[in-house]
Amino acid sequence: MSVVAEATAKDTRARLPISRLRVSTVLAPVLLGVAVVALWQVLVDHYDVSPLIIPAPDAVWAQVTDNRGSIVDGATVTGRNALLGLVGGAVVAIVGALVSHAVRFIDQMAVPVVAAASVVPIVALAPVLYTMFGAGNETGRVLVAALSVSVPVYLNTLRGLAQVKAVHRDLMTAYAATPTQVARTVTLPTALPYVFTGLRIASSLAVISALVAEYFGGPVGGLGKSITTSASSSNYPLAYAYVLGAIALGIVFYVVTLLLELWVTRHHPST
Amino acid sequence: MTDLSKTPEKTAQKTAEQATDQAGPAPFGTPAAITVTGVDRVFGKRKREVVALSAVDLTVAAGEFVSLIGPSGCGKSTLLRLVADLDQPSGGTIAVFDKSAEQARLDQDYGIAFQQAGLLPWRTVAANVELPLKLHGAGSAERKARVAELLDLVGLTDFAKSRPDQLSGGMQQRVAIARALAEQPRLLLMDEPFGALDEITRERLQAELVRICRETGAAVLFVTHSIPEAVFLSDRVVVMTPRPGRITDVVTVPETLRARTDATRDHADFLHTVAAVRAALHGGHEPAEDLA
Repeated sequence: MSVVAEATAKDTRARLPISRLRVSTVLAPVLLGVAVVALWQVLVDHYDVSPLIIPAPDAVWAQVTDNRGSIVDGATVTGRNALLGLVGGAVVAIVGALVSHAVRFIDQMAVPVVAAASVVPIVALAPVLYTMFGAGNETGRVLVAALSVSVPVYLNTLRGLAQVKAVHRDLMTAYAATPTQVARTVTLPTALPYVFTGLRIASSLAVISALVAEYFGGPVGGLGKSITTSASSSNYPLAYAYVLGAIALGIVFYVVTLLLELWVTRHHPST
Repeated sequence: MTDLSKTPEKTAQKTAEQATDQAGPAPFGTPAAITVTGVDRVFGKRKREVVALSAVDLTVAAGEFVSLIGPSGCGKSTLLRLVADLDQPSGGTIAVFDKSAEQARLDQDYGIAFQQAGLLPWRTVAANVELPLKLHGAGSAERKARVAELLDLVGLTDFAKSRPDQLSGGMQQRVAIARALAEQPRLLLMDEPFGALDEITRERLQAELVRICRETGAAVLFVTHSIPEAVFLSDRVVVMTPRPGRITDVVTVPETLRARTDATRDHADFLHTVAAVRAALHGGHEPAEDLA
């Protein structure tokens, strides 16, 4: 039996697909970004645009360096709310999806609720929650983040749980596997990539919700509050500096969940 | 073929005789691997009712290789699923080693392989093969030794640490067969395991299956679409027809073909048996001109 003839030696190590990235795929968007910022600077300088309309990138950058400590502090507060909301919302959503998957009746009950929740602008609840939990603490913001996270995570997890192949289910029946064994061997690994797709979508949602919730009141501190404060005092370059901080925070959340996703699903064939 | 029975009633009687007559290596008094008695399977209700199987009788002796052949919709896969207790009959009884099909499944009396290899893509080849052992609580040292043995049996030792998607279709199917053999079952249920493979790979895996069956002495119930495959591998070929699915004929493969080497495929008896099965499938007379 010539095994070698059938398949020549292949690299059998599991890899992150990131290693397949080429320089050009990174370089091209970076060049575009630099070009846009440069054009922005040139246009503002050339036409002498008022900072009330749009501040120049160098003015924004000056505010970033001057207020680095304040931006980091704000990002820490907002990031903490977003992270707590992300983790809490995801745990509730995953457990909920497992229950819905196991009990068809609950699934049917949950469908309209989830559909409704997915169209409700959840940040709109922020003022109500501040009244509920007191405007002096962050609970309302964490809850807003958690609620907005739970819908995409729930839907994706539920979809992932439904992906189990008939042949795998038959195999588990043939092995007389217990429900716990079926879940651990087949159902959860099948659903995992879908759960992480949900988490990746949810990660930026968590940051956006936590940030926007700050616009509606609650305690001082946090990037959203800082943006509204500096904008209302007409310090637009500073407002933009905080926006930059918010963008950085969102990207950090997204990239971390993406890397986590790639690592956890490294043994799954790419779909 | 002279000993070709033309009616289902006769077939059923004959099947029972052959079970004891031709099992060969099985010692006297060993229970039959599979006994199917008067089994019906009806899908759907009332107007949408589809009779998948009707009054099926079949006995497979210990160590015997029996193929089920027939056109799509003749219920051959349904019959195999009933034996595996993946589905329950609407009427009649199924015994596997003198137990109910359910008890046999719970006792892990059979190994099973499907047309799709059905490997878990996130596990290595070795981890896929050891899956049934792990589920049933075998120790890690025992598992390791058994997996090495099984991979050697199917010639995939070098690929133990590979992932299934790095293997060709034929190699994946060999992994699935190794997995089916993991717990040394006395009965193998195979549902078109080579159905999706090319002819060359198919013939090689057939030869491998013949060797494995000799080494393990397991009885096999083998579902296939291919007449030459059925004749090459089997002791008996069970011919089924659809609407409703029933057994119409049982063709016994002559002793002269039991060597099952490459030369077997060129043997005159092989061509005759293939023709006999084809005739049974078409429900008509043996078409001699087909032999050309």
